[in-house]
Amino acid sequence: MKKSWVYVLSIVVLLAVAAAGCGQKKETAQASGDGDATVLNFWTFQELHKGFMDDAVSTWNEKHPDKKIILKTDVYPYDEQHNKLLIALQSGTGAPDLADIEIGKFANYIKGSKPGLVELNDIVDPVKDNLIMGRMENYAKDGKYYGIDYHVGAEVMYYNKEILDQAGVDINKIITWDDYIAAGKQVVAKTGKPMTTIETTEHWSVYPLMNMQGSDVLDKDGNSSFDNATNIKTLQMLKDMLYKDKIAVPAPGGYHHSEEYWAWMNKGNAASVWMPMWYMGRFVQYMPDLKGKIVIRPMPVFAGGRKSVGMGGTATVITTQSKHIELVKQFLAEAKLSKEGSIKTWTLLGFDPIRKDAWSDPAMSAPNKYTDYFGTDIFSTLQSVVADIGPLNVGAKYPAAISLLQKNVCFRVLKEQSQTPEEALKAAGEDLQAQ
Amino acid sequence: MLGLIILSKLFTADEEVFYVLEPIARTDRIEKQKKKHWGDLFFSQTAAPYLFVLPFVISFLIFFLYPIISTVIMSFERIDGPGDVTFIGWQNYTNLLNPHFFNAIWITTKYTFWTLLVLIPLPLLFAVCLNKKTLPCRNFFRSAFFMPALTSVIVAGLFFRLAFGEQDTTLINSMLRVVGISSTVWLQNPNTAMFVMVLLCTWRWLGVNVIYFLSGLQSIPDELYEAASIDGANAWEKFLHITIPGLKPVIVYVLTISVYGGYSMFAESFALFSSARSPGEIGTTIVTYLYQEGFNNNNLGLGSAIGVGLFVLVMVLNIIQLWLNGFFKKEVD
Repeated sequence: MKKSWVYVLSIVVLLAVAAAGCGQKKETAQASGDGDATVLNFWTFQELHKGFMDDAVSTWNEKHPDKKIILKTDVYPYDEQHNKLLIALQSGTGAPDLADIEIGKFANYIKGSKPGLVELNDIVDPVKDNLIMGRMENYAKDGKYYGIDYHVGAEVMYYNKEILDQAGVDINKIITWDDYIAAGKQVVAKTGKPMTTIETTEHWSVYPLMNMQGSDVLDKDGNSSFDNATNIKTLQMLKDMLYKDKIAVPAPGGYHHSEEYWAWMNKGNAASVWMPMWYMGRFVQYMPDLKGKIVIRPMPVFAGGRKSVGMGGTATVITTQSKHIELVKQFLAEAKLSKEGSIKTWTLLGFDPIRKDAWSDPAMSAPNKYTDYFGTDIFSTLQSVVADIGPLNVGAKYPAAISLLQKNVCFRVLKEQSQTPEEALKAAGEDLQAQ
Repeated sequence: MLGLIILSKLFTADEEVFYVLEPIARTDRIEKQKKKHWGDLFFSQTAAPYLFVLPFVISFLIFFLYPIISTVIMSFERIDGPGDVTFIGWQNYTNLLNPHFFNAIWITTKYTFWTLLVLIPLPLLFAVCLNKKTLPCRNFFRSAFFMPALTSVIVAGLFFRLAFGEQDTTLINSMLRVVGISSTVWLQNPNTAMFVMVLLCTWRWLGVNVIYFLSGLQSIPDELYEAASIDGANAWEKFLHITIPGLKPVIVYVLTISVYGGYSMFAESFALFSSARSPGEIGTTIVTYLYQEGFNNNNLGLGSAIGVGLFVLVMVLNIIQLWLNGFFKKEVD
């Protein structure tokens, strides 16, 4: 008899294991109905965003004691979170209420005729006049807004004042790219250090310059516009900076987010670098020795071009699988679209807020770790360029296009030098059209 | 459904079980004997093996067969989102014939070739050395060689990425500079990047193959070597005429799994380039290409087609390889 018990037990265990998956789901559903607080799930790939959201939840709970929220946040690695969310939305089950999606991946989630994301027009439309709408268009399709960004990501120039002073260059006199290149030659001649670094395996060097001249890798309809004259000219300009004018070097490690680059840059090896506003966080975190030496200035301009562009970004979205869509919408609006929420993106995250009226608020000039590092004039500098920021052309092929720009175009032209700008951009364009 | 059919087939093969499962028109007798028969099912020598393999069969059906079938189906579809699926025939396979896929095949083939060239002779040599009873610290070396296989490939890849950085101060460059070789940009050049990938693979899998060969060596009887010594054979001749033929089944096995392992390589490249995307596609393997298309570009149809392509390729290669090694001949005999 003993033996048969073992059999029965093992079968029970087997069934229990098989049923474990289903059981878990029921539990969460029950928990969310329990008590007076609603449990919401949030997926992100950025630990900092968790802190921001937790703060927003406690603000919300103080203001709305009748509609309390408990936010359960899962922080995953970048790729894993995007893949998990994609699969959950594709299969129609298992998605959280709220999730972060990076701009480079966003097109994947609104591809079909029935996106798994909730349309946010009813919370965006009332505050439209106060928002930098160029940043909202990036997450829109057919006039419907699906995500709300954390920041503008205005492209700026970070100068190492110590090196430029040594070379006798006045950074406030660098207005155009010609000024910048001339200053670069002076820096190289006087100090022996390169004026800047250029990414060869990612797109943060070339892409903003294309956008500043009104160009992009896709056109308005989402077709390739890789090989237009502006793009060819821009890429040639970077190639010349590297190999003809010799004022730039390829970024060590290939891109501005590699550990090698941070270590190298931290030693004060280059006089400047252009990156979006959110790169401030990288300086503060990974290049502590440059504290007090880096100043932020507007980008040099092209004749007839824009003063800046919004680069990168991460949108918070609501999935259609959420059981509390209305509540989540109200919460998201308060957390990210209100003036208070927008100001918090600066005070907590060091981001440039998406609401224009937040920019002139006194809270923005209060000292924090960013003003300690870069000085107190960050926002007065930025106010002069922010109005100029427009949308990017983010079509269905955007993820593939950016990937081509990174791994093929930039690398083959700027590092390997196996192709001319025209050849590489033409090839990328043909490649994208064939997909 | 398929599982149920197979299961009922398994059970109906046994007369007794058939009786239990199909109680037609004999209900009265069954009522009396029911308890006894369920007990019989538990202790039946015919049924027990099936019961024991049941967990495997079920997990195989759910986690392997079902995904395989649905991959084949998806490779004929364009999948835009939930409920937004279009049948497009061979379109994904036509799209597959592009430079990226051919480049991925080429890179993966080169990688597999180099891993085979290194990971068969080298572990064989180590195994023969480690098998010598005269070697000091034998057991230490055995476990030391095996240790890397226990590490996570992501951790190992991260270490290799930083060790093979391009600065003068990185581990490898600083060592090379001591002997007068100038710094190299390892991970942005097709040849050096391939070298690092093969090195990472060698570091990780050497010990595993050593274990395979060691177990093979232990099955070769000592008498053969003794007899050869008496006939005046030297060490090299013994190795060539006794060790190699004696290890042939193990070599064929290692070759087969290495071909499969080489062609399905993903994690090494992913960790070294910190994404599935490598500069100039110098580290794009078939599986990283699949990952890029399927997940990064949300083109699951094309991703599935790549997967089917990889399956066909590896099957064909391994069948050729096994046929060349006489694997099928034995079966005919």
